[in-house]
Amino acid sequence: MRQTLWETIAPNLTLLVISLVAFAAVIYALFLIGSRASIRWQGWLRYGIFLGPALLLLLVGLIYPALRTIWMSFMDKRSESFIGFDNYLWAFTIPEIQIVLRNTMLWVIFVPLLSTAIGLAIAYMTDRMKNAGVVKSLIFMPMAVSFVGASVIWSFVYNFEPSADKPEIGLLNAIARGLGLETQNFLLNPPWNTFFLIIVLVWIQTGFAMVILSAAMKNVPDDVFEAAMLDGASNWRRFTSVTLPMIRGSVVVVLTTITIGTLKVFDIVRTMTGGNFQTNVIANEMYAQSFRQLNYGQGSALAVILFIGVVPIIWYNVRQLRLERTER
Amino acid sequence: MTTLTPAAARRKKAKDVFSSPIASGIAVVIAVLWTIPTFSLLITSIRPEADINTTGWWTFFVNPSISLENYEKVLFVGTGVNPPMFQYFFNSLAVTIPSVIFPITLAVFAAYALAWFDFKGRDAIFFSIFALQVVPLQLTLVPLLQLFAKGLVIGETTLIPALGITGTYIPIWIAHTIFGLPLAIFLLHNFLRQIPRELIEAGRVDGANWFTMFTKIVLPLSVPAIASFVIFQFLWVWNDLLVGLTFGAGSKSVAPMTVRLAEMVGTRGSGWEVLTAGAFVSIVVPLIVFFALQRYFVRGLLAGSVKG
Repeated sequence: MRQTLWETIAPNLTLLVISLVAFAAVIYALFLIGSRASIRWQGWLRYGIFLGPALLLLLVGLIYPALRTIWMSFMDKRSESFIGFDNYLWAFTIPEIQIVLRNTMLWVIFVPLLSTAIGLAIAYMTDRMKNAGVVKSLIFMPMAVSFVGASVIWSFVYNFEPSADKPEIGLLNAIARGLGLETQNFLLNPPWNTFFLIIVLVWIQTGFAMVILSAAMKNVPDDVFEAAMLDGASNWRRFTSVTLPMIRGSVVVVLTTITIGTLKVFDIVRTMTGGNFQTNVIANEMYAQSFRQLNYGQGSALAVILFIGVVPIIWYNVRQLRLERTER
Repeated sequence: MTTLTPAAARRKKAKDVFSSPIASGIAVVIAVLWTIPTFSLLITSIRPEADINTTGWWTFFVNPSISLENYEKVLFVGTGVNPPMFQYFFNSLAVTIPSVIFPITLAVFAAYALAWFDFKGRDAIFFSIFALQVVPLQLTLVPLLQLFAKGLVIGETTLIPALGITGTYIPIWIAHTIFGLPLAIFLLHNFLRQIPRELIEAGRVDGANWFTMFTKIVLPLSVPAIASFVIFQFLWVWNDLLVGLTFGAGSKSVAPMTVRLAEMVGTRGSGWEVLTAGAFVSIVVPLIVFFALQRYFVRGLLAGSVKG
């Protein structure tokens, strides 16, 4: 068995090593040429060597495909004839796709809100706590776990045993049975199953929100806090009128970052339910249309809808960045 | 014993005054809740198959019996048409290493140019790259795949020929490189711009050219930023499903672990003993990286989202 394993791995390993060596050799050669060239040539070469490869890749690999997808969204399934807005009409009128859009909305509303709220609460509670490092590390840890790994982890938590004679091995149903409640198949019943999937992403993103907000809270000066305390402000009051206004910018950044990530959620839905039982979302349906149905028109239209959802957030972020730059 | 600086002493005093036992208690409870799911996966993966399917993982503490059989089974025994997990583990490594090295190299170059070369349109390029960060992968998948398979032909002219690389690692590497570039360039640019102007100008006066200046001054200074991004990109690529799935072209000999794991869950052909062990194999590497280098990872996250 291990013999045949090695037989597949060997050529792959060869390709890996050759590619890495070739890459290093090309870079080395470019630098050699660049630094030996005359001053006049260097003026031009430096653009080609430093900026050229990245720009070329972005142009050919990101901008061109994005424009082509937009174009394809107005074409039929094989990209052969122009059909106007038909694919978009399809997306907004077919009942199944309306469920997809509705679910995506649920994700985009609840994941950022819940993750940010819980992350904010933990950041505040641990802000002045001793040995907060361990607590934060544990909550942050899911960030390192892949969405697929997280899906396996949570599928096990949600595991359902149909037969009442056998013991429940899923944690939630075991607790339910222990309390004498009715056990249920968490991933099967709409609309709640979408919320059980949402919990998985909240579990992952809370750590992100906590880390960013916790760092922002470290910048709140202690004397402001002490002053509020001397004034007799309650803990809640100190939070709402001192901490929160001072970290507002970071809260917005966290919310927008998580929103963008959530719009594109794919792995969790695909792995846990395959988009069945009315849990489908845009990114998964886009994949199904493009790579299963091979309907490039409808797949592209869904991708464009996804992109349009992100545009306001990009616009906002670019504006913020420009503002920051002018402030400096 | 070391004496505290005044600022640190104040901070410590503030901590003593403000820390509330109730808040700390709640935080600890949440941390425990957050850890239970992953912990249950680990416990289950080391229990014998018969135990897993007949009793809950929590009974392990009353009746501990440990078996590494699940790992042996999942890592080295294939299932019919599917090779064992060990091969996917290798694929994940082979996919990830170049997918980290390529974009970071090209990004340091581009960031250097954008931060220190003076030319018209520099800001426009920089803002465009910043905006590209949020273009969803989904918007590029199909045309990029077609590009790898058929090349780029406009009218009669072949701009890029068909490369014949489908089914190897190469499309996955290139795709990850492209998708990683915008964020990498953005982060590194912010970092490189903070290099004091005098340092660069002194180099120019000394007659150092743009290339030696890069290797002698810029590169050594940007090591911390590079380290942050390496962790970032490593976790992203190792954990990715979508790119591996689409650009791996369904080839089992190049698919990373996430693709196999998703398939195992989807088909439900595999029992929990195999799933939990398989999942743990796939998350153990990022977990090690994460716990060992958490500080750099956090630094990268902060640079990426909180600015100014």
